[in-house]
Amino acid sequence: MNQIELNNITKRYPGCIANQAVELTVAPGEIHALLGENGAGKSTLMKIIYGVVKPDEGTMRWQGQEIVVKGPAHARELGIGMVFQHFSLFETLTVAENIALSLPKEEAKSLELLKQRIIEVSEHYGMKLDPNRYVHTLSIGEQQRVEIVRCLLQDVKLLILDEPTSVLTPQEVETLFKTLHLLSDEGCSILFISHKLDEVRALCDHATILKAGQVSGHCIPKETTTEELARLMVGDDTPLTEDYKKAEGAETYLSIVDLSHQSDDPFACTLKNISLEVKSGEILGIAGVAGNGQEELLNLISGEDTSAKETVFFAEKAVGNLTPEKRRVLGLGFVPEERLGRGAVPDMSLQDNGLLTGYQGDLTKNGLINTSKVKAFAQKIIEKFNVKAAGIHAQAKSLSGGNLQKYIIGREILQNPKLLVCSHPTWGVDIGAAILIRHELIKLRDQGCAVLVVSEDIDELYSISDRICAICDGELSPLAPTHDVSINQLGLWMAGDFQNHEITADVNPSSASQAPAQDPTQEGAL
Amino acid sequence: MLNITLEKRPSDSKTMSYLSPLFAILLTLISGGLLFATLGQDPFHALYTFFIAPLTDVYGWTELGVKVAPLTLCAMGLMLCFKARIWNIGAEGQFILGGLGGGYIALELLEAEGAWVLPLVLLFGALSGLLWGALTALLKTRFGANEILTTIMLNYIALNWLLYGVHGPLKDPDGFNFPESALFSDFATLPVLSDDYRLNISIFFALIAVAAIWALMSKTLLGFQIAVLGEDKSAARFAGFKEERLIWFVLLACGALAGLAGVSEVTGSVGQLNPYISPGYGYAAIIVAFLGRMHPVGIVFASMLLALTYMGGEMAQMDLSLPKSLTGLFQGMLLFYLLACDLLISYRIVRKPAARAISSSTNPAQA
Amino acid sequence: MDFELFTNILFATLRTGTPLILIALGEMVCEKSGVLNLGQEGMVLMGAALGFIAAVVTGHAGLGIIAAVLAGMMMSVLFAFLAVTLVSNQVATGLALTIFGTGLSGFLGAGYVGMAIDGIAPFPIPFLSDIPVIGKVLFSHDPLVYFSWFMFALIFWCFRSTRLGLTIRAVGENPEAANAIGIPVMKVRYGAILFGGAMAGLAGAYLSLVYTPMWSEGMSAGRGWIALALVVFASWKAERILLGAYLFGAASIMHLVLQGLGFEASPNLLAMLPYGATIIVLVIIASDAAKAKLSTPLALGRPYRPQV
Repeated sequence: MNQIELNNITKRYPGCIANQAVELTVAPGEIHALLGENGAGKSTLMKIIYGVVKPDEGTMRWQGQEIVVKGPAHARELGIGMVFQHFSLFETLTVAENIALSLPKEEAKSLELLKQRIIEVSEHYGMKLDPNRYVHTLSIGEQQRVEIVRCLLQDVKLLILDEPTSVLTPQEVETLFKTLHLLSDEGCSILFISHKLDEVRALCDHATILKAGQVSGHCIPKETTTEELARLMVGDDTPLTEDYKKAEGAETYLSIVDLSHQSDDPFACTLKNISLEVKSGEILGIAGVAGNGQEELLNLISGEDTSAKETVFFAEKAVGNLTPEKRRVLGLGFVPEERLGRGAVPDMSLQDNGLLTGYQGDLTKNGLINTSKVKAFAQKIIEKFNVKAAGIHAQAKSLSGGNLQKYIIGREILQNPKLLVCSHPTWGVDIGAAILIRHELIKLRDQGCAVLVVSEDIDELYSISDRICAICDGELSPLAPTHDVSINQLGLWMAGDFQNHEITADVNPSSASQAPAQDPTQEGAL
Repeated sequence: MLNITLEKRPSDSKTMSYLSPLFAILLTLISGGLLFATLGQDPFHALYTFFIAPLTDVYGWTELGVKVAPLTLCAMGLMLCFKARIWNIGAEGQFILGGLGGGYIALELLEAEGAWVLPLVLLFGALSGLLWGALTALLKTRFGANEILTTIMLNYIALNWLLYGVHGPLKDPDGFNFPESALFSDFATLPVLSDDYRLNISIFFALIAVAAIWALMSKTLLGFQIAVLGEDKSAARFAGFKEERLIWFVLLACGALAGLAGVSEVTGSVGQLNPYISPGYGYAAIIVAFLGRMHPVGIVFASMLLALTYMGGEMAQMDLSLPKSLTGLFQGMLLFYLLACDLLISYRIVRKPAARAISSSTNPAQA
Repeated sequence: MDFELFTNILFATLRTGTPLILIALGEMVCEKSGVLNLGQEGMVLMGAALGFIAAVVTGHAGLGIIAAVLAGMMMSVLFAFLAVTLVSNQVATGLALTIFGTGLSGFLGAGYVGMAIDGIAPFPIPFLSDIPVIGKVLFSHDPLVYFSWFMFALIFWCFRSTRLGLTIRAVGENPEAANAIGIPVMKVRYGAILFGGAMAGLAGAYLSLVYTPMWSEGMSAGRGWIALALVVFASWKAERILLGAYLFGAASIMHLVLQGLGFEASPNLLAMLPYGATIIVLVIIASDAAKAKLSTPLALGRPYRPQV
């Protein structure tokens, strides 16, 4: 008897079909991968199983019986647990309180007993947790453990994990896989959602591949090549490999010198002695798990947050205290992580969103807007960067993630920046758009622009960066040419272990010399 | 089980954003009719008395103009603030301060003669309102105090200040101890358009403000920055717009406009200082700004409607002996219905096929 | 200062603070669930008007209290329907509720202006009220004062050690996550808003049946707004609401103090005091932005509708 069986599941949203006639079967104890690129409908399907989203058509069988999951509480009663991509945790509550909320009343009666159980279960599965800590003080990896332990506390028969590895260091991924194997040995089925093929091949027994909301194939990942898997995900007409030549930069454009910064925001990360240089004509990649200071660092580069004058330099001009618009005049282009609600105003048209950062050129004169030029600018971005939109009057929020990202990057590139800072350039973007975006970044580099890319996607960083480093807990690892850094080395850096490096650091004497950067909370992660 | 649900539109509906105020007005009329009916009135006659009778002669229209001018001025200022998502509820206080400040100068200049008196009084009124706005801006930008609460508090303080004035130092010594000031001199009184009516030139102030702010919001970078700040603070910061300066600008502009409205009211149709110089124009202007879709032209129409609710309230009091507070009731209803109808801008109502109900009956967990 | 006067001032402070406590506790629960209801003033006025009307019509002040609570709840249902079900802008909807409530209460109460009723009598607690000074200050009040203490204790306990309190906080911090773990977000928010409405209605009844047993248009005089500021001042903590409300109570009866000390001052200028104090308090709280951020419910004012 199968643990779960989905038949003919269909879910439509206005303007798109998220799932069409999807069939999926998972046996007890099986680790089943659900593969597909961004926007293929994986998350929607999982939310349907978990009862967060109701399907328009189709049926679901649980241990042989047909059921309708009424909601997440019902799902958990049945023994379905889910670990979300964006964690469903409450930052101002403690670990124990978070877990208590998701358990049935009777089981959470005594917080003390619960704490005891949390400690036992988390130790059994090798994921140490302190139930008394507040969630906002935990690292991303630890927060994920809270989510998993939360599921394990209730006799879970099917555990769904939505892109669980995208927020982990390579070493943390290994730990997670051990836990998952242990669970599957105990008879728990696992649905593992991913778009990372190597991981799926390493972990999963079976795979179902989704493409544009439909099942495009089934396979046994261990017996299938990465190439074949990729073809099932993206179809035949998309190029799979991108091979970019590494470049060596010319003179330094951006340099940051011994920058330390503590934000007013109690949830923010404190930056410690960061020094780096980005040269014209090179791409520097910064790897790292989200929440380790990337956002704070980028805000200090963009001018949305300011520091002492002599900490940030654009072509030897000290700019640390300058506002964003002054830095833009000096040649800064910036693509923030949040597309809607920072990079673009959701309710405004593409035309207005072009003006958002383009206002300094000839789009305005003496404070008056030249509407025809603004329109032409928006039109040019749409054409040059192949943005699919209803026109320049379309609201930014009506565009897909990929198209909006193309528009934002296009807007910055067309202003001929001397330094382009790009945060998570292809996060949540479909493969076609991702390839176009990476291609444009390389082109920009070859034209002599200094490019700084921050990303959680290690594969992407290896593919486009000329030099690479990692950020952990507000400190920067040594910087080195990309081919000199092994993936294992980068993983250690991402976890804050800057000491054990195989190569010599080339620019970053400050953080290399004051080495013991290990945070006790990080140690448990390894 | 309800088979009607809301579905988010991929893109906001422009049509609905224009239709929504009309729906709201319609619903208000229907509810008003029902209300009148329950009060034992003939609903059609009562609605006629409230909404149409006031406008059946030239006098009625000029009186409408008398009320449209301050409402439009306040609402234009509020619109700037609301566009920037600065929830300035303080037009009422700025209006009162404008009246008080301008009125104070007018009382000091009771003996003065010359064409310079009126502009000076108006300028002082506008400046007083501006200062009251500046106080809010200072509290907001320097101390980060919530502007909704500070402006409300400043409204109460302004009202008490006015009361203090007319009960104390500004009281007319020959006024039989009524809480009123002396009447202003002719040189400190706004000229009327025709001697037969009360309508004065403040209606032109309102029209100039409409034109100026329309140009500001549609043609200038400053207007664009205000709109971006309101829509999305992070984007404004990302683009390098100066948040604090924009906040100062909108609050000062609103203060000056509401102050001008206040001083125009006391030097126009009121002619002195008394405790009742504002029948709540500053609050009604909030409704005007929303109902007018934060657009200058819409605001002119919305001002007319709200002005009508004041006249209708008076009319209903006289002809139907209903309480005057009917005005506030209609205004509140209007805003409620508007906010409800605005849902249709970003959502649409869809009927879900009843299929779900059938499949859930096969649920063994329920059996 | 003479001792009698001092006792009287403390007694009056507690009375004046009581409506603020009731409103602020209700609003605090509402805000903890992530809903900002700026309509307090309108709900208080409706409670005051309907409470008074019911008391006059039935001749029972107790029925007046029930009517006031129901009036506050009905107003809050209106708010909840717009702000929760129809995901309208909470700020605008709250303002609308205030404008509507002010108008409707004035309309309904128009025929009752100037009437006098007996109001609710004080209920000195046996024995305790005989203690010198403390007996008068703490134990000679009307029942609603004691009830405000009871509600304080209840809410304090609820957020300190119950699952309900945890659930409300969770909804107010991250409604998406709450929905994902199966908490009925809409229901929790409706409940919190209704509770806030009931408390505001009760505060209204306190004003028109106890504090000054009469009805006049706009009689709450901004107490709904001051209570909103109080919630911020209290960093969403019940014990600080209690403290803050009594501080404000003291500020609003300054004229008593000054008269007692033999000063003459314009009543209009003195009436500014609580409003000015509110502004000062707002400045003081806002000056510690980091702390404010930690205590503010993260999803406050953000409409939420589960995707289905």
